[in-house]
Amino acid sequence: MNKRLFLRTLIATAILGSSAIALNAHADALASAEKSGTLRIAVPQDFPPFGTVGPDLKPRGYDIDVANLIGRELKLKVELIPVSSTNRVPYLTTGKADLVISSLGKNAEREKVIDFSVAYAPFYNGIFGPADLPIKSAADTAGKTVGVTRGSVEDLEFSKVAPANTSIKRFEDNNSTISAYLSGQVQLIATGNVVAAAVNESSKLRRLDTKFLIKDSPCYVAVNKGEAALLARVNEVIAKLKRSGDLNQVSQRWLHAALPANL
Amino acid sequence: MAYSFDFAAVLEYREVLLAGTLRTLALTATGTVFGLAIGVLGAVSRAWRIAPYDKVFAVYVEAVRNTPFLVQLFFIFFGLPSLGVQINEWQAAILAMVINLGAYTTEIIRAGIEATPRGQIEAAQSLAMTRAQIFRQVVLPPALRKVWPAICSQVVIVMLGSSVCSQIAAEELTFAANFIQSRNFRAFETYFIVTAMYFVLALLVRQIMIRGGRRLLGGRRA
Repeated sequence: MNKRLFLRTLIATAILGSSAIALNAHADALASAEKSGTLRIAVPQDFPPFGTVGPDLKPRGYDIDVANLIGRELKLKVELIPVSSTNRVPYLTTGKADLVISSLGKNAEREKVIDFSVAYAPFYNGIFGPADLPIKSAADTAGKTVGVTRGSVEDLEFSKVAPANTSIKRFEDNNSTISAYLSGQVQLIATGNVVAAAVNESSKLRRLDTKFLIKDSPCYVAVNKGEAALLARVNEVIAKLKRSGDLNQVSQRWLHAALPANL
Repeated sequence: MAYSFDFAAVLEYREVLLAGTLRTLALTATGTVFGLAIGVLGAVSRAWRIAPYDKVFAVYVEAVRNTPFLVQLFFIFFGLPSLGVQINEWQAAILAMVINLGAYTTEIIRAGIEATPRGQIEAAQSLAMTRAQIFRQVVLPPALRKVWPAICSQVVIVMLGSSVCSQIAAEELTFAANFIQSRNFRAFETYFIVTAMYFVLALLVRQIMIRGGRRLLGGRRA
């Protein structure tokens, strides 16, 4: 056997072997969770309001509430596994967690390695402003002053669609953008719904209501590839939570806004 | 050192740079005119102890010279609207620059006024000139002539300091630089060009100030 052929065989064996192990680890997570009575769910702990550590040192937030609701509906005990945004997918693919509920957005690269449920949380950039300002689309911002953090996604996206006579004031960081809004220097701001929620939570000066979306990237529950049974159950549960209003309560509690109707 | 420069990516935005440059110059010019006016008033009040203005200017000078320009700017831009005074970013920027330059030039011009020889004032008094006449014709021109180089430097400092007005979304030259590099991610080239532009602007402003001083004040100094 020449050297190159030997190497090829070695690599092929390694790939086959590892995929066999991977498949093994993934063998019907729903069945094994039901057998053990616990569902292992990866949640964030460093991303308010989706997941933080509360004063009692226990994880809390939007994602944790959803995790517990899913556990309740499936009649399984929930084991929360704190993860960071970089290791949340590896925790799933290496079989350390059954579900990832960690403000995960969908994209083509991720869809190659994991499967996504239906959306369970809104996550978007949009134009926010006071309730009494009737703004429904980018065209309505004509003649208005809009604050935005320079170079952010919302700056780039809104600059493309804003009418020429919209006065876009670009600030250095999120704090300056928010201060400009709170002090009345701008009429509207472009930012993320999570940022707006944090502002509404901490400041009573001027409320931020969603006017329209600039870029929508909602959050999904992730399961491993090939977990059709688990995915189907999770989708059922999320649909039920949306109907029952439970999910809306979670949204009100953590995002200070109703769940968007189209989620 | 394998960085490949791409200045063309910055020059695409030359109109943004040009607009920023003009606004920086406009800010500096307005700030200088009104700042110097405040400086002259403050200097004479303090040097000749004109009550109660000397005390007012003393407090003003200390307050401004012992706080950072950026904080003064934020105070005006974010603070005043909370008190019901709505001003836009340009009004805030100009106000901050005038207040800042006024305080520094008060002290610079005061030094010039205090350096006036006693005999010169006495000579003017013996000619039955009024106090205002003495100040305008005998004291102020030589005082300004003496301290003009220091004033020129202070104006250049304020022009360079106007770069922080980008923080309140005033679209001057530094704002243009930040804007461009947030769009093309060519930070090195952008700041390279803008640094050179500030350098040229500073030389230009200094020349204008020196020539302007010579024309207004006469004399060989400055």
